[in-house]
Amino acid sequence: MAGRGASWSEYQKQIADDHYYYARSCIRQNFFPGSERAFLRILGEELGRDICDDPRHTSCTGIGYHSDIVPLETIMTVVARQFALMAEAGYEHLVTSCITSFGIYNEILNTWEEFPETEERTRRYLKEATGRELVLPKSVSHTSDVVYHFREQIAARARRRLVNVQTGEPLRVVEHIGCHYAKIFPKSGIGGAEFPYVLAGMIESWGGTCIDYPERRHCCGFGFRNYLVQANRGYSIANSHKKLESMAPYKPDFIVANCPGCSMFLDKWQYAIAEMEGTTYGADGRGIPVLTYEEMAGLVLGYDPWELGMQFHQVDVEPLLRKMGVEFDPAAKYLGRDGKYIGRPEAAVVNSGPDKRVYRIRE
Amino acid sequence: MFFGFAMDKYYDMLLEDVRFREGLKACMNCGVCTGVCPAAEFYDYDPRQIVSIVQTRNDDAIEELLRSERIWYCGECMSCRPRCPRGNTPGYVIQALRTLSQKLGFFVESEKGRQQLCLKRSIGENILRTGYCLTPQLVRPETHPEQGPVWRWIVANDREVYGRLTPSYDREGAGALRRIDRQSLEELDRIFEVSGGRRMFDLIEKHSDRKAREMGYDGADERYAADTFSRNTTRND
Ligand code: SF4
Ligand code: SF4
Ligand code: SF4
Repeated sequence: MAGRGASWSEYQKQIADDHYYYARSCIRQNFFPGSERAFLRILGEELGRDICDDPRHTSCTGIGYHSDIVPLETIMTVVARQFALMAEAGYEHLVTSCITSFGIYNEILNTWEEFPETEERTRRYLKEATGRELVLPKSVSHTSDVVYHFREQIAARARRRLVNVQTGEPLRVVEHIGCHYAKIFPKSGIGGAEFPYVLAGMIESWGGTCIDYPERRHCCGFGFRNYLVQANRGYSIANSHKKLESMAPYKPDFIVANCPGCSMFLDKWQYAIAEMEGTTYGADGRGIPVLTYEEMAGLVLGYDPWELGMQFHQVDVEPLLRKMGVEFDPAAKYLGRDGKYIGRPEAAVVNSGPDKRVYRIRE
Repeated sequence: MFFGFAMDKYYDMLLEDVRFREGLKACMNCGVCTGVCPAAEFYDYDPRQIVSIVQTRNDDAIEELLRSERIWYCGECMSCRPRCPRGNTPGYVIQALRTLSQKLGFFVESEKGRQQLCLKRSIGENILRTGYCLTPQLVRPETHPEQGPVWRWIVANDREVYGRLTPSYDREGAGALRRIDRQSLEELDRIFEVSGGRRMFDLIEKHSDRKAREMGYDGADERYAADTFSRNTTRND
């Protein structure tokens, strides 16, 4: 499709090739610490790139900002501090590991450009509060942009592909981009708001195929205050439910998400829906595994799933591992440090299939 | 005064917020934003209508909005931003309205607005205490049953489970889930002091306390906070 190709090429943004300053995300490290480790390992060990993990940087305060308790002036100053630390460490290319903060960094840089008085004020606040000087970055990328940038190098080192080893068919993948990646500043995301290509590019390079389904661009339903406050969680589950209902008929082998928040919600709400009404969305009567793109890249590169932290998922990933022909030790999944046995999570409907539950109810 | 209506007071206050200037040029009431809005899907909520009310510049109408439930429904997903044919962003207008509602103390007049206290006490205080919005201990299984048994297992065995993947868990230095050093936390604290973050936190507490007393609580205590966190009388049909 000519129009499609044109839109994609229009949004080919520049991604730095080396010397990154890593801005860690609270959601990523809480729910997917193994993904973060995989990203740093891929860049450092596999690709020989230099990435700075600075112990001084803090949260961007983005969840507080989008819950409207952290004012714009405050988050601007926090972000300015990260930029100042980056410059002090001798780096110019920021790479953030969360869609929410990626949106925030872009929004703030744009606001400073459009309303220069806000940049001036931020400089003053930063100086007064910390004595540091704001230095603007040369580029801001999301961690997935960087993985996308190196997708062919990763493919060249692949130990496995996104292919069903029994049938030889490409795995069918639902990709979820996350609203703040490209809906705030379409030009800052690969492929823009209409044709986000960041995950699709990885999937295609590694042998899988993307599913197009009606609610492909719908929000996962995080909605900040709509999840964080218990009284509002119906909003969150209802929007995830809408997406899951829409994708299920296309029988995806797995979902991969760009945003750690989205990965977590699409995983956990499948559990909640299965417990509440016995509905599961996977073709095998269980849940649909939800991966981060770091986990997807890690599996392709032959990393051990438990070293990737895939035991953090509520929906079991084993059916997918078998389809991909990944060798793994099922007994090692829920071990602690140094192989210590620490018990295991209780069973859940989303992992056993609804039939058993229906059977139990009939009993 | 214009046709007997008070005009522009709140509109001028909103204009001080750059997000408002960026978010509202001229709305033609087409409703495209409402069509893509996940909040409109779930709540009796219509971003087109919010923008249209603000555009009247009528003080009474805007004040009603600032006191209403409606401005608290939006999920700030910004799906409306790339879609508006006039380049507006209703989500930004909402952010400006919420900020103003908190500054003026109107947020406590709605059930959803009163939830700002819980957000301040959880996410807000956690930022200053730990340097992160979220830490594993904040997602307590008792208040997060939807997180399921795997999360319960993680929280119960946090040192083992995180320790297997990140040696820096709860320790100073580089790495995931590291403890943030004292100097960085002090800098964060001063940033909140200098840039108005602390003032916003104090305002949320002050107005919540006033409202709690009005509602028969002993101020904005634990019980008030717990009730605002779990109480939901919104009808979605
Ligand atoms: S999909 Fe959800 S978590 Fe992801 S960016 Fe959008 S609102 Fe945020
Ligand atoms: S899409 Fe834009 S012009 Fe249309 S109703 Fe919404 S804000 Fe107004
Ligand atoms: S930002 Fe708010 S108003 Fe805009 S689409 Fe999202 S929920 Fe709706």
